[in-house]
Amino acid sequence: MQPAKARKPFPTHILVFLAPAVLLYTLFMVYPLLNSLRLSFFEIGPQNQTTFVGLDNYIKLFTDENFAPRFWGALGNNVVFFLVHMLVQNPIGLLLAALLASGGRGRGFYRSVLFMPTILSVVIIGFIWNLILSPLWGVAQTMMSWVGLEQFYKPWLGLESTALVTISLISVWQFIGIPMILFYTALIGIPEELTEASRVDGASGWATFWRIKFPLILPTVGIVGILTYVGNFNAFDLIYTLKGANAGPEYSTDIMGTFFFRTYFGQQLQLGNPSMGATVAAMMFLIILVGVLVYLILWQRRVQSYEL
Amino acid sequence: MRKNVVFILFLAFALLLASCGGGEETAAPAETEAPPVEEAAPSGEQVQLVIESWRNDDLTIWEDKIIPAFEAKYPNIDVVFAPTPPAEYNGVLNTKLEGGTAGDLITCRPFDASLALYDQGYLASLNDLPGMENFGDVAKSAWITDDGSNVFCVPMASVIHGFFYNKEAFEKLGLQVPKTKAEFMAVLEAIKADGTYTPLAMGTSDMWEAATMGFQNIGPVNWKGEEGRKALIAGTGKYTDEPYVKTWQELAAWAPYLPDGYEAVKYPDAQQLFTLGKAAIYPTGSWEISVFEKDAQFPMGIFPPPLDNEGDTCYISDHTDIALGMNAATQHSEEARTFLSWMTTPEFAELYANALPGFFSLSNEPVTLTDPLAQEFQSWRESCEETIRNSYQILSRGEPNLENELWRVSAAVMNGTLTPEQAAEEVQAGLDSWYTPTQ
Repeated sequence: MQPAKARKPFPTHILVFLAPAVLLYTLFMVYPLLNSLRLSFFEIGPQNQTTFVGLDNYIKLFTDENFAPRFWGALGNNVVFFLVHMLVQNPIGLLLAALLASGGRGRGFYRSVLFMPTILSVVIIGFIWNLILSPLWGVAQTMMSWVGLEQFYKPWLGLESTALVTISLISVWQFIGIPMILFYTALIGIPEELTEASRVDGASGWATFWRIKFPLILPTVGIVGILTYVGNFNAFDLIYTLKGANAGPEYSTDIMGTFFFRTYFGQQLQLGNPSMGATVAAMMFLIILVGVLVYLILWQRRVQSYEL
Repeated sequence: MRKNVVFILFLAFALLLASCGGGEETAAPAETEAPPVEEAAPSGEQVQLVIESWRNDDLTIWEDKIIPAFEAKYPNIDVVFAPTPPAEYNGVLNTKLEGGTAGDLITCRPFDASLALYDQGYLASLNDLPGMENFGDVAKSAWITDDGSNVFCVPMASVIHGFFYNKEAFEKLGLQVPKTKAEFMAVLEAIKADGTYTPLAMGTSDMWEAATMGFQNIGPVNWKGEEGRKALIAGTGKYTDEPYVKTWQELAAWAPYLPDGYEAVKYPDAQQLFTLGKAAIYPTGSWEISVFEKDAQFPMGIFPPPLDNEGDTCYISDHTDIALGMNAATQHSEEARTFLSWMTTPEFAELYANALPGFFSLSNEPVTLTDPLAQEFQSWRESCEETIRNSYQILSRGEPNLENELWRVSAAVMNGTLTPEQAAEEVQAGLDSWYTPTQ
């Protein structure tokens, strides 16, 4: 624009390259998202007419005696679901990655096998685990009796106290491959010289891992964390497959996704309520947005990335 | 210069991509719209009618028996049965109706789900449909406006609740079919003491069995069928009343006789437990007949919900479950009405009820059934008072949804995490929070 820099024309080609993606994303993601946010400020009458109600839907979600307990319950359960993944899935994923990265025979085989559940359909996962844990024909009980533990067997998927953690662990089993592969690629990207140098300096394997390797893969730790967060607060399918939209018993496995589904689409005799559903969806969006912002501001800015 | 040429090439390519993208986006909805709409055909030309349904189990019956019988009479109408899985049906149907891509004929869920569709103008009124006079008021009750002025679906079938039992097991253990509640519990105890069979095949994992096959099955005897159901709607009866608490108490008493780990037993598990001959009694409804007769290798019998004292009036849940209506936006309303009208005839009733033993015609015309179990179920209509599930009419309109609440508390009562009294209080409190009976 400045005549002095006239030799640098506007980079039209960048716009052209971006156009297809921008168009498609706007049309199929941004527009529906904004439209759904818009819907959360409206109420739909019996004749399909919409009236603007401002923040009424949100107030209802937080204070109404039907919606509030379900919302907070679902949010609480979702936090538990997320914590199980953070405390079980990611550390084990890191451990497996460290073992794989340390070399040895059959590495490729284990890598594939451990990643396998991730690419299976969730319906198959649900079916398999239902069968394994079934009190009628499950192998869990039989296998526990081999080591004399059968008195500890419980119908875990059906009990209010254990159903949520059981499903979380099934989900961990399914998705363990993702943190594992991410950590693994980060670990094998660390140059030999660094680990060699630490060995020369007399550091133990343990110290090498925690003092040299782990700080170097911290950016990946952050990415795995945020991926887990986004994935877990969007989760729905496994619980729907195993427990249905009512997420029983007594809503003990209800998370944001199932709560949204029930509200938006309805369930059995309960008719769907699109505007309240959109309100729940907006809250899910907000929760994820806050998480991503926290990650970008508090984590990504502070963590030092090293050029290797 | 060369750079510019490359740039122009890229630009052309990008534009091509963009136009393809745009084209796809407009083409997609038109494509899905195609089958139901087509060109409005003048009479004499071949017309296609699409039926929306959740009964994907019945696909072969429609394709092999019902549709050919109809098409033989009306060769210019080509009927396609296009079912969606039951759990997705309501959502999918609503989306299709909103988008204008739904089929010409719509299978109607009972009561409010269909009423809402009618109120939104998606279902056409069928008051003047020839043959509608073949149905009584109870049959039409599930598909009529609250003031009774407009019928919008042709009633197809009802299902009757009861208990299946394994005749072989009963013979082996020398047991008599129980008539009273005391006898029922004694039979359960005897089966448990023997140990060969699981006394009752049922689980609470899916929750609806506890409500539908438990609560709504044995309850009508306690709340005296229609009398109790109408009292709930009128507000003169409450779920905290004795009949309802008593029903939950009876359900809670079943717990020791259910399979081990019943909290995690799902509906198909319970079905298999029974059809494999490992369980003696299965509380359920007539819709199981065809599945069970196919899978079970032993003779089966049925008995109605047990009574307090022998000789009391018996009450059964004869639940209006399924009907067929017409999409108000169909291009072929004449042909759709022809099909619906044919569905009111005894010919269809007999065809349907015999092809699907366990689904009983709601027509006033007598229907001859060939399946012995279905005959027995139907015979209860003579000897017992009939009612429908008490949560279906009007009472499941608000939030919290009564039907969902009944699922939840009935399962919790059987799991032992709620007492019958707590269950009653929670259900009634939920209902009171939005429902004011009109006097």
